[in-house]
Amino acid sequence: MTAHTFPLSRRALLGSGLSGLTLASAGATAAFAAQPATTGTFVLVILRGALDGLAAVAPLHDPAYLALRGRLALGEPGTANGALDLGGGFGLNPALPGLHALWRAGQMNILHACATPYRDRSHFDGQDVLESGAARLFGADTGWLNRLLGLLPAERDGVGIGRTIPLVLRGPAKATSWAPPLAPETSFDTLSRLMDLYAGDSLLGPALSRAIETDAIADGGAGAGMAAGQARGRGAFAPLASAAARILTAPGGPAAAVIGLDGWDTHANQGAGEGLLANRLGQLDQAITALRVGLGAQWATTHVVIATEFGRTVRVNGTGGTDHGTGGTAFHLGGAVRGGRMLGDWPGLARLHEDRDLIPANDLRRLFASSVASAWGLDTDAVWQAGFARV
Amino acid sequence: MTSSAVIAANRFGLGARPGELERIGRDGGRAWLMAQIERPDRLQLRDPALLTSAGALAAFAQYRQARAAARSPTQAMVPAAGPGDGQRLAAVTARTLGAEIEARVQRAVTTEDSFAERWVHFWSNWFTVAARNAQTIPLPGPFEREVIRAHAMGRFADMALAATAHPGMLIYLDQAQSVGPGSQAGNRRGAGLNENLARELLELHTLGPDGGYSQADVTELARALTGWTVTGRQMRGGAPGEPGTFVFLAAMHEPGARTVRGKQYREGGVEQGRAIIADLARDPAIGVRVAKAVATHFVADDPAPALVARLNASFMRSGGDLRALARTLIESPEAWQPEPRKFKTPHDFLVSALRAGGVREVSFGPLRATFEQLGQPPFRAPSPKGWPDTAPHWAAPDAILKRADWAQLAGERLNGSMTPIALAEGALGPALSSRLRTAIARAESGTQGFVLALMSPEFQRR
Repeated sequence: MTAHTFPLSRRALLGSGLSGLTLASAGATAAFAAQPATTGTFVLVILRGALDGLAAVAPLHDPAYLALRGRLALGEPGTANGALDLGGGFGLNPALPGLHALWRAGQMNILHACATPYRDRSHFDGQDVLESGAARLFGADTGWLNRLLGLLPAERDGVGIGRTIPLVLRGPAKATSWAPPLAPETSFDTLSRLMDLYAGDSLLGPALSRAIETDAIADGGAGAGMAAGQARGRGAFAPLASAAARILTAPGGPAAAVIGLDGWDTHANQGAGEGLLANRLGQLDQAITALRVGLGAQWATTHVVIATEFGRTVRVNGTGGTDHGTGGTAFHLGGAVRGGRMLGDWPGLARLHEDRDLIPANDLRRLFASSVASAWGLDTDAVWQAGFARV
Repeated sequence: MTSSAVIAANRFGLGARPGELERIGRDGGRAWLMAQIERPDRLQLRDPALLTSAGALAAFAQYRQARAAARSPTQAMVPAAGPGDGQRLAAVTARTLGAEIEARVQRAVTTEDSFAERWVHFWSNWFTVAARNAQTIPLPGPFEREVIRAHAMGRFADMALAATAHPGMLIYLDQAQSVGPGSQAGNRRGAGLNENLARELLELHTLGPDGGYSQADVTELARALTGWTVTGRQMRGGAPGEPGTFVFLAAMHEPGARTVRGKQYREGGVEQGRAIIADLARDPAIGVRVAKAVATHFVADDPAPALVARLNASFMRSGGDLRALARTLIESPEAWQPEPRKFKTPHDFLVSALRAGGVREVSFGPLRATFEQLGQPPFRAPSPKGWPDTAPHWAAPDAILKRADWAQLAGERLNGSMTPIALAEGALGPALSSRLRTAIARAESGTQGFVLALMSPEFQRR
């Protein structure tokens, strides 16, 4: 869409500058001030509901694996229900072929047996700790990614894909949210009058102005957003990732995006290489592919981290599923990643945490810190301090 | 129109309908609220079109049979969905969840007892049962009617027990399939324990995450609750009683005494679990949590400690009497401060807008997408924790924009049946600011006037 079509739609605001929502258009600049491209892109994918890490990345050759996992165990590569080979005795769930290709291309690392400092098993509390970056529950009401945005040399913001801004993006730095469009858009004139009504309202004013800026970029042409909205109803993740890619590749776009994906709390009938969890993993795989394709050349400077609040029990429970656990799996991938490595320590399955969970041998926060530092060219120590240590 | 009427209708209730502020103003806001809590019979939702939980579960059982029958023997390995399956699922969903949502929204938009109705929504959220997949679709509507509406002005302990024993909760949180490893059924099939309901009962419904219990308590409670199941849900089926109702099956129950929070509960079949729940329901930790949640929902995101303390005291003193709690809320000065401090949730916003527009008959179809896009589809809370209740969660930039888009559609439909200023006056009374009045007067079209009214700071809050 060009910048000066009439009547002005929200998309057209991209070219007109937004302070005071005036119609000033000479020397039109993009809605976000143009930034020099020295900072790469960081994408955080939060899997809400506690992904079963052992189902995603299976320690096939661990002596206790088959006995402990029972019907949830994956088979040897090349067999029916077989995992995709990662080398070193590990296998990737067969529902993740896209991720497997990234692994083989050296664009993905895996951090297994990881966790935040949180040691209980409540989703809500676990996600609080995952997103705040604090060492303890309710340790901060801002998110680590928002605090890290503050370290960037020039102001950049973060976008949450979804209807709400997640905790990880809340705080002093600018953040916004975007979700696919609902209906014919409210006119620019009406929005401008609403902004007048919102003058002095510290909640509604900033919210509306940020929304208008983001929406103009993300829509990417009529229909694209609506497709995402319809697809979302069927539980597909890929359109959300595509929308994220469009927002991230816009001139002067955000430095970070957060996508939250639900549906990982597999207490019953989880399945192994096929079934409930495998279907979800397949959608995650497609979303990452959509993100990579959508980012185009920008993939080369992008870092993506996929993380969840904790793992699940090693043994299958009485209903063919798993319960909340501790040690889980995270992925670090992207065009800029020096990949093909299993990070951290592998504690094995001979001893379990509280005789039920994978031991959390590795601190997930370290992965957050190092991946953001790499993405944005920052000192890792400074990132650790600002994001996690000094909370 | 008095300001107490505005607060009663909009903050305590679900939003004023045209003419309602005048009616309330006659006896005053407090009297209007007090009258509602004394007539719980009007809270019930008895509609012949709505199925009981047993009926809804039976409808789904029929759907599954039809689906299985439609698969030919040679297609046994093909995934479940067939050509007619989508239609069959849509039909049974409409018959159950769809009908329930229609009825609930219709009630919310048209009721005269909107404070009592909001009270029901609050407790329904506390004991969330949500439609998450095909299995859970038939559950939330009957659960709310059979448990929450039945006990909304009764005792917390009774509501908690009824909630835990209801087929909706037993299925939603996987209790119906949970088998004691040492039970008859456990020994036979090697099937096992599911801790989901026990965990949420402790963490969400009673003590709260810091209420003083351990993982061992969760497991012991889970063991005590084995045998609490629903006829027709066991792996082999065939239990006495009407299908789709609560039944205690000793063969699934983990034998032996249980120790929860240091107290021993001897073996006693279904009474064992009941005794534990009764003890939990008496714990002082609950009063604090309930008080905080009620104050947060009805008054402010950061409620005054005095208000929370008063609600807690009322709850404890009355032994968890929910009508007494509602009375204490109505009598609390903090709840009547003039400035609205609660940002409306999507449900609040949509219902109050429909009420303000004088809508008499809601057809939910067109609204379904709106509720979803705004992030709050009825009966589909994302987790057992229910819907969040504070502004940061709902006031995301994009959500505001989406509300404005919907307000535009609403305005187009209301144009002709009322004027924007009439809507604003009817909904806000003396709370209508001169700035908004001027803005509406200067609107370039009726539709725009409605958008300004419905999106105004004073309508977006309560």
